[in-house]
Amino acid sequence: MSDLLLELFSEEIPARMQAQAAADLKKLVTDALVERGLLYEAATSFATPRRLTLHIVGLPPSQPDQREEKKGPRVGAPEAAVAGFLKSAGFSSLDEARIDTDKKGGQFYVAVIEKKGAPTLDVLAEILPAVVKNFPWPKSMRWGAASAEVNPLRWVRPLHAIVATFGPETEEPDIVPFEVGGIKAGNVTYGHRFMAPAAIQVRRFDDYVSKLYDAKVVLDPARRRDIILHDCKDLAFAQGLELVEDEGLLHEVAGLVEWPVVLMGEFDAGFLDIPGEVIRATIRANQKCFVLRDPATGGLANKFLLVSNVLATDGGKAIAAGNGRVVRARLSDALYFWQTDQGPLPDFSASGKPPLDQRLEKLRALNIVFHAKLGTQGERIDRIIALARELAPKVGADPDKAARAAELAKADLVTEVVGEFPETQGLMGRRYAELQGEDAEVAAAIEEHYKPQGPTDRIPNAPVSVAVALADKLDTLVGFWAIDEKPTGSKDPFALRRAALGVIRLILENRLRFALRGTILATHHLVENQFAELNTQREEAGQRVESFVSPVRIADDLLSFFADRLKIDLRDRGARHDLLDAVFALGEDDLVLIVRRIEALDAFLKTEDGTSLLAGYKRAANILKAEEKKDGAGAFEAAPSADLLAEAEEKALFVAMETATAEADAALKAENFEAAMQALSKLRAPVDAFFDKVTVNAENPELRRNRLSLLAHLRRAIHLVADFSKIGG
Amino acid sequence: MTQNPSALDPKKSFQGLILTLQTFWARQGAVVLQPYDMEVGAGTFHPATTLRSLGKKPWKAAYVQPSRRPKDGRYGENPNRLQHYYQFQVILKPSPDNLQDLYLQSLAAIGVDSALHDIRFVEDDWESPTLGAWGLGWECWCDGMEVSQFTYFQQVAGVECSPVSGELTYGLERLAMYVQGVENVYDLNFNGLEGDARISYGDVFLQAEQEYSRHNFEAADVKKLFGDFDRAEAECKALLAFGERGDEKHLMVLPAYDQCVKASHAFNLLDARGVISVTERQSYILRVRELAKACGAAWMKTDGAGLNG
Ligand SMILES: Nc1ncnc2c1ncn2[C@@H]1O[C@H](COP(=O)(O)OP(=O)(O)O)[C@@H](O)[C@H]1O
Ligand SMILES: [Mg+2]
Repeated sequence: MSDLLLELFSEEIPARMQAQAAADLKKLVTDALVERGLLYEAATSFATPRRLTLHIVGLPPSQPDQREEKKGPRVGAPEAAVAGFLKSAGFSSLDEARIDTDKKGGQFYVAVIEKKGAPTLDVLAEILPAVVKNFPWPKSMRWGAASAEVNPLRWVRPLHAIVATFGPETEEPDIVPFEVGGIKAGNVTYGHRFMAPAAIQVRRFDDYVSKLYDAKVVLDPARRRDIILHDCKDLAFAQGLELVEDEGLLHEVAGLVEWPVVLMGEFDAGFLDIPGEVIRATIRANQKCFVLRDPATGGLANKFLLVSNVLATDGGKAIAAGNGRVVRARLSDALYFWQTDQGPLPDFSASGKPPLDQRLEKLRALNIVFHAKLGTQGERIDRIIALARELAPKVGADPDKAARAAELAKADLVTEVVGEFPETQGLMGRRYAELQGEDAEVAAAIEEHYKPQGPTDRIPNAPVSVAVALADKLDTLVGFWAIDEKPTGSKDPFALRRAALGVIRLILENRLRFALRGTILATHHLVENQFAELNTQREEAGQRVESFVSPVRIADDLLSFFADRLKIDLRDRGARHDLLDAVFALGEDDLVLIVRRIEALDAFLKTEDGTSLLAGYKRAANILKAEEKKDGAGAFEAAPSADLLAEAEEKALFVAMETATAEADAALKAENFEAAMQALSKLRAPVDAFFDKVTVNAENPELRRNRLSLLAHLRRAIHLVADFSKIGG
Repeated sequence: MTQNPSALDPKKSFQGLILTLQTFWARQGAVVLQPYDMEVGAGTFHPATTLRSLGKKPWKAAYVQPSRRPKDGRYGENPNRLQHYYQFQVILKPSPDNLQDLYLQSLAAIGVDSALHDIRFVEDDWESPTLGAWGLGWECWCDGMEVSQFTYFQQVAGVECSPVSGELTYGLERLAMYVQGVENVYDLNFNGLEGDARISYGDVFLQAEQEYSRHNFEAADVKKLFGDFDRAEAECKALLAFGERGDEKHLMVLPAYDQCVKASHAFNLLDARGVISVTERQSYILRVRELAKACGAAWMKTDGAGLNG
């Protein structure tokens, strides 16, 4: 068994592309090998800023031999047939063919073609250049004199050298003989750019990894991450500080260094007046450094951790000092933005309004388009204000506060800080609102109205926040439904699925009780009114916006979209799929009730009463289905007649059903699903007895019809609680 | 006057740093040009880069370019951000295979010791929407400070680069801060002398930074600038039309291109004044790009692009 070592050595590969590129390299090469009959034991790939490396273990020295038998013409067949056979088999005469006899005794020629498997080395020499040429980089480039030629090699950055060796562990491996883009594969690579730039001759993976390590290159990104994390924690601990962990940043910096060296830098404590999130965003986005928390204050410390790529001769003093200087400059920019945002805005200060209101005026004045068919941000804000005001009483919020929060919710989009660090949107609005003395609930809602962002994000529960968060999301959803731009497949550019899930979680988590349909229609009404108003202004400009879809269809469609989201959400949390279907079939639009019903149903079906009622239901439903085929759908929906009840058991069932339905009805009205199911469970004994003793398909057609009507009545009664036909056995 | 070696020392004087880079690149065979005499946002706008990077003809040039970034004004209060600063620009066509090494050697020449400092190539794909240009490359970091931009041009003025040029843009003030070890750009020693004879960067530029920041954010005449933009756009088109002779050689690219540069600067000032909305912004950028593309296309019909061999 032999191993392959492949290294593609280039100028610095963007950190964010490295992991995918390593995975792609492995997949492309191994797929191509397998396709050519070459199976392997294991394959691993690695990336550093300057190299992609692939190691494949346990490849056979050559492809398996192939043996193929081709059936030819019968002996004595016409010359043309024989000639065709010889040609297809690559024979010069019939002597090379074998003669077989079939069952009937007829004789025919057979060509046995044996193809020796090619040496793996040759197969690799064919595969590897193709993989390099067609590598799926998200962005690739041309370079050098060759870039003026047709079809030059493209790579993520200029490619400089290729190592490709292949051979068994015990012997000197071969160099895979190929060339691509003028680069000949060999066995020479290079160490760390600054600390060990010399050429290194390698044989196979083992000595490659250790020679690279000696040349100050840690090949494995996971190992680099471990080193960084470990050293960061150590350095922080030594100073009595805590690392603010950041997985994304860790991955990124591990992709920027071949030899990680963690150092601590410092900035003026005066900058700690800037909100911590802004400091962190500044240091993270621009400097790719980690920030530290001071456990004594709970806030950030005026220190940070940087990951350098060299072991400097002065122990890193100059590097830490240099980074500190840049961080200070960046923070002085951030401070400048933070202070500018709190001051008047040159062209909007005449109104004398507070700073954030001036930003809102600017936002409106800029006429920033939210979506070509849905108007500007300013128009959207108007809708959200109106909607938040309308939703406020339903969620226990003060309507004026909800409206004020909605008004200011987007104003921070034109602040300097958010312009520089979009991830601080909402949060900055809150801070500036607090500074200008807005009500605490209003300020909190400005931040929280974006929530929840993802399935694990915190869900706001302050009423004002909930009102604005719902208004924001419902406006988006109804708006896009109105212009018929719904998510399709993997395309969801406006994150509408996330918005819908956000609405669902806001409602469920806060146990908000309202009919969603009505709310959707109310939202639509707002959107439509605004469109109409705007259209009178825009008529000439030919920029009419309008709802293309009827309100009822929007409501139906959006409700089923919500239902789908809710189903996915509940399923993820372990609810039974069939129970979801059984309850959703009822067409309920109060999400809190839907979930409670599902819970009650789940509990009920775990009891003996539940399972046997389900069994009885299934039996009744099956019989009905069979008989409805004969008599037509809906044939038995008329109420059963008491006069036609003959047997004691059917009479008993009839009576039991009267009481059970009445009880269940009352319980449902009181939203007591457990009680409703309890009421129905009393039908279990009469149903069992009925099936035991009574022949449904009686000879007498009147009796038969009445008994079937009785069963249909039972089915309807049970459907009051859930559509049992959707429930699995 | 006695000779003072510090006046030329890249580690002691700002001018010494510039002279050292010029010498370094002159030795590599570049023509050392002087700055373009117009307001530009970056050295890339110099026709020695934008236009010369188009066409097959090999080209190597290096020059200092004063660069104006109206929005970066900080009233002289930020230690390393200026609304007017110097770029040192190198353009090499085709990009040589050892361009990264050459760049590192040039840093060594000005005294950046790679055994002491952390030099890094961090992804930063360069794109100039106004120039209709893009390329792949990096920001070059020295101890976390972005000191240069390194780009392999793939397209400029809407024309595919064939062959590709390598472009290096050094932020001279930031580099000088490194090698001189100062915290604040205004403290840079400009002439390398000490005592009374010492001239700092602040002596030369602080007042200008304060005045221009005021100008860019508060005073620049918006109405006039909108007018400037429109006039430059119209003139660029008119000049291109004047030089157009069908399939033959184009006769007036460079003067037309100047107008494109003018329009671009007017746009930058308007942007700094905050009077261009997000939607309008896009359309202004597109208008400048159209000019740049038309100039690029015209350039391809000149000797400069290697029209006649
Ligand atoms: N406002 C500024 N003040 C001082 N130096 C700057 C400023 N902006 C950029 N630089 C320096 O100039 C270099 C090139 O600037 P960059 O914005 O990357 O140029 P370009 O626009 O040509 O891509 C940067 O690497 C940085 O060192
Ligand atoms: Mg840059």
